[in-house]
Amino acid sequence: MVPLSQLLPGQSGKLVSLNPERALDQRLMALGLIPGMPIVVVRRAPLGDPIELRFNETEICLRAEEARAILVDVAADCPLPRPPAP
Amino acid sequence: MSAAPLPRVAVIGNPNTGKSTLFNALTGLRQRVGNYPGVTVARKSGTCDVGGGRLVELVDLPGLYSLAAVSPDEQVVIDVLLGRHAGSAPPDAVLVVCDANNLLRNCFLASQVAELGLPAVLVVNQADVARERGMDIDTDLLGARLGVPVALVSAWRGEGLAEVRRHLAAALAGGARLRRVEWPAAVAESVAEVAAAASRDTGKPVPAALAQRLLFDVSPALAESLRWGEAARAPVLRAARERVRRSGMNPPAAEALIHYGRLRAELEGVVRGASRPTRTAAVDRVLLHRFLGPVAFAAVMLGLFWSVFALAKLPMEAILAGVDWAKAAAAPRLEATPMLQSLVTDGILGGVGAFLVFLPQIALLFLLVGLLEDSGYMARAAFIMDRLFGWCGLNGKSFVPLLSGYACAIPGILATRTIEDPRARLATAFAVPFMSCSARFPVYALMCSAFIGPWHGPLWESVAMVGMHLVGLLVAVPVTFLLTRVILRVRPAPFVLELPRYQLPKPRDVLWRVGQSVWEFIQKAGTVIFALTIVVWALTYFPRDTEVAERARAAALAAGADEAKAAAVAQASLVESSWMGRMGKALQPAFDPAGFDWKLTVGVLASFPAREVIVSTLGITYALGEETGADSEQLREAMREATWAEGPRAGTRIFTLPAILALMVFFALCSQCGSTVATLAQETGGWRWAAISFVTMTALAWLAAVAVYQVGTALA
Repeated sequence: MVPLSQLLPGQSGKLVSLNPERALDQRLMALGLIPGMPIVVVRRAPLGDPIELRFNETEICLRAEEARAILVDVAADCPLPRPPAP
Repeated sequence: MSAAPLPRVAVIGNPNTGKSTLFNALTGLRQRVGNYPGVTVARKSGTCDVGGGRLVELVDLPGLYSLAAVSPDEQVVIDVLLGRHAGSAPPDAVLVVCDANNLLRNCFLASQVAELGLPAVLVVNQADVARERGMDIDTDLLGARLGVPVALVSAWRGEGLAEVRRHLAAALAGGARLRRVEWPAAVAESVAEVAAAASRDTGKPVPAALAQRLLFDVSPALAESLRWGEAARAPVLRAARERVRRSGMNPPAAEALIHYGRLRAELEGVVRGASRPTRTAAVDRVLLHRFLGPVAFAAVMLGLFWSVFALAKLPMEAILAGVDWAKAAAAPRLEATPMLQSLVTDGILGGVGAFLVFLPQIALLFLLVGLLEDSGYMARAAFIMDRLFGWCGLNGKSFVPLLSGYACAIPGILATRTIEDPRARLATAFAVPFMSCSARFPVYALMCSAFIGPWHGPLWESVAMVGMHLVGLLVAVPVTFLLTRVILRVRPAPFVLELPRYQLPKPRDVLWRVGQSVWEFIQKAGTVIFALTIVVWALTYFPRDTEVAERARAAALAAGADEAKAAAVAQASLVESSWMGRMGKALQPAFDPAGFDWKLTVGVLASFPAREVIVSTLGITYALGEETGADSEQLREAMREATWAEGPRAGTRIFTLPAILALMVFFALCSQCGSTVATLAQETGGWRWAAISFVTMTALAWLAAVAVYQVGTALA
């Protein structure tokens, strides 16, 4: 289980949990990002932030800072994400 | 006389579902644009024939993903659906617009709408795209599952509209409601509890649908709009949510989990066939590529900016020529009454010209920004730029308004409407007027070509020109940072940016929006700038002391000047003795620390309605006649020779390098544009922010000009 912000472009996983007490996460749930939903990190913006995600038929961008509180199970066939930069 | 009010249908849907295209297709040109009371959200409505000449009023609501309102746009939707605006009832029916390609997510909003218990029609739009992707949608099954009639539509191609009209007619004749979810007992009891407490505390009946929102919404925005105080609501909501929690559900997550759980089952078998990927992913691999993306972005923005200047040039020149022609045509007819002649040519025609001349730029910017918006590229631009803007409280969507500001602040401020986050929207609108608009260019051009070029060569002339275009940006960044971090107490909306599918913009949709914006500009900003120009004209014309002018003329003739020169000298003396001239002399001490003499002070004062007036005002005060342009060699000559008449600097040149830089910096920062101030007031919902912007910019301009002059003079 890792923070979504640590996934590399191209990696996929399943949403484990978010923090519905935040208005942002409530919005994400309204968009269909609910636990168990398969999710792909498509790419990062050229300057490294935000992150582009795809789930179901939806593509959205999230800032890394806000993606940190969202936990995902990385798909078994994906390499483990790099440890965060020091 | 007014007929019985038409039945009202609210059009609601996610952003990027083609909702506005459908609205335009159903209503045609019978549209009205206004504002919702108290907020700066445009209210778009139009009439639609639902068959047999029976008319209904369609209200196009702002696009949104969820009724859990955060931004003002989203709150408007709740308010309209519940009939909470003064003097309005809930709509008679709701038209829920869904994207055929993403039914699950779009139906979430429909599930929330179901709770309102209004007759509804579901439109499954963009059916053409879904069909091309190999998707086959069983609308009968969907309609049976959701409980309302479903129309399969391609608004872009105009397909399926007749079905929508037919369903609407049926819905208004006592149609079906969307099937509601079976809430667990704990939720139902909690909703009843919240409804009772909120009705009691606010003194107004709070319907169950509203109480449900209060129970589920994390954001307190809705509770605050009900004026249900924190102290009163906190214990009630805590107890109600605790009950939901004890039944095994996390209250803020319950709504999404329950709705999506049910929708998954209900959509089973509705969409058959493959859903092949669209071309969007392939295009994005290039347009959002780490290296190619920024290159493409720069190319698009340069193209946009260049087009605005290149394409607006001809119409702007035509408008100026037209105004000049009108002046020339009017002047001889009013020869007998000089006051009227001056009012018509300098006041009225000058005032009309002052805002008409910017219409081409404004319309073009709207057109190009609208095309980018509807194509889906604007969201990508925001994705690319967000990192650069996020730290100072703006977001990626601030870029295009700021860039537009380099041509003209008005379309820039209006373009902030695309920013959902109210804090970033206000901060961006506040920053836009700092950008160096094209009306500042003549001032820089005059100063740089008259002084910096001849003194320091073409290299430094270019450096100064570029530098002046950056001054506003450099000042705007810290100002915005302070505004968003320290001063502005507006709750930021979460930054969730959808990257919609690319699609071909529909020219009709974009052109109508351009037309509406331009008309709005003429009505609002146009009247303000027109009125201000008349005021400045009157201040400069009265009290017309013809004796002084006659003496000045005679003196000039006696000194050997020709007729034209003598007339110009006489006009200069009239301005000097006018109210404006007296004000300039009276206020000159305030501008003295910036190195401005009374002529420059008059120029600065006269430029408050529209800054480009400065050059022609200097032309008049320097006795060169009012036809003087920024490229007038005589004006440059006169300014180079100008010296202080009195005081400690008597006999020395007025236009030293520090004085020139101070003047340019002043114009770079000062809020000298009546249209901008009026537009800011319109877009921020009142004169408060317009006043704050005016005072801040003008104070900063003065401080910066004084700093430049004083430091520069000390160093020289």
